[in-house]
Amino acid sequence: MMKFLHKFSSPPYFYSISGRMLPWLTALFLVLLAYGLYGGLVTAPADYQQGDSFRIIYVHVPAAWMSMFIYMVMAVSGGIGLIWRIKLAEIVSISSAPIGASFTLLALVTGSLWGKPMWGTWWVWDARLTSELILFFLYLGVIGLYNAIEDNRTASRAVAILALVGVVNIPIIHYSVEWWSSLHQGPTVTKFAKPSIHIDMLIPLLVMAVAFKIYYAIALLLRCRNELVQREQGSRWLDEVLEKV
Amino acid sequence: MSEFLHMGGYALYVWSSYGIAFLIMLFGIFKPLILHKQQLRELKLKRQREKR
Amino acid sequence: MMSSAFKMKPIRRARLSLILLMVAGVSVAAWFGLRSFNENLMFFFSTSDVVEGKAPKDHLFRLGGMVVKGTVQRPGEGLTVKFILTDMAKEVPVEYTGILPDLFREGQGIIANGKLTENGVFVAQEVLAKHDENYMPPEVAGSMKTAQNKESAK
Repeated sequence: MMKFLHKFSSPPYFYSISGRMLPWLTALFLVLLAYGLYGGLVTAPADYQQGDSFRIIYVHVPAAWMSMFIYMVMAVSGGIGLIWRIKLAEIVSISSAPIGASFTLLALVTGSLWGKPMWGTWWVWDARLTSELILFFLYLGVIGLYNAIEDNRTASRAVAILALVGVVNIPIIHYSVEWWSSLHQGPTVTKFAKPSIHIDMLIPLLVMAVAFKIYYAIALLLRCRNELVQREQGSRWLDEVLEKV
Repeated sequence: MSEFLHMGGYALYVWSSYGIAFLIMLFGIFKPLILHKQQLRELKLKRQREKR
Repeated sequence: MMSSAFKMKPIRRARLSLILLMVAGVSVAAWFGLRSFNENLMFFFSTSDVVEGKAPKDHLFRLGGMVVKGTVQRPGEGLTVKFILTDMAKEVPVEYTGILPDLFREGQGIIANGKLTENGVFVAQEVLAKHDENYMPPEVAGSMKTAQNKESAK
């Protein structure tokens, strides 16, 4: 396993294997997405209180989960890059930032579109919504800081520190609905007790969550390849790749 | 079918949520793809110039 | 990688401990910061808070609670609604004029933003519905209700 990781983190190997993985991941993503969308929009019954508006859950909740998951990937790989100075870890870290930012934005916007008909408001400054907004700004801060520093490797180090400090926000987002009274309801699926969602509604949600994870893998590989090409200009393996284009 | 599109009166909220998700996710794939093509094209040109 | 982590070079170990120290430091700072802002982070006051006089008397605040079944009244033609909110311990009467969210109904948790009048009535300027984390089809909710009713009938 460690040998594989070591090999995987070598730029030419990563470049070629990621290219071969992309079509498979895309096919898997499309199948899961089709299944999840069909399940969520067609077969899942309407909610007893919220009617069909609850179907927003199938984009809102996976997006919100991804916003936190990607942040952790970004911070941890940033930390690995900081300690071991592994190039690929730095690349994974910074390539995750725009994807995470877009999922955070998606969670905020769909939450707003759900809140308006159900709660009666687009936005409130309660703990959950505010901490998710802070997450969005953390992502923007990471992207901005990276672009502000000329040298890629110095920029990666600075960004990793910012990302690691921001990790504090993740448990705050998750527990905000329990620590403080808020307008947002408590967790449905991730609480320790049995999920309080009907099984026909839960399965499409989990499928969509997996589909979003695969999407992240695809988007991440694409961005990592770009970042790698950017950083490895003039290296022999890249010249060989260019030969074949 | 029209009942499906109607979403029990929440069509505007439900479909705009899915639409925005679709646009954001599509953008997140095509932007790096296009950039990659550009990168390879530029690097190739640069190499050919250097060879001469 | 694991074995190399144990045999980490001193410089790497120093970097790792620096990072851990930094994250720990920020966490502690955040913890104290949040503790001191705890009151402000509370999105609403409960009805018990209001009855016990803990809620502010002179300015707007949010009141959260459940609409007591059978208390929703619409006096007159307009959009004015009167109902009683409870947190299962103390009750507060509420008055509101305006459009209610779709989820507003008897037995539903809501949050009202407004002011407390001298005679103890909460006059709301805005009413938001709070929903729970349970999702199920109406048939299941219906059968659960009848099961509960049977249970309580015993």
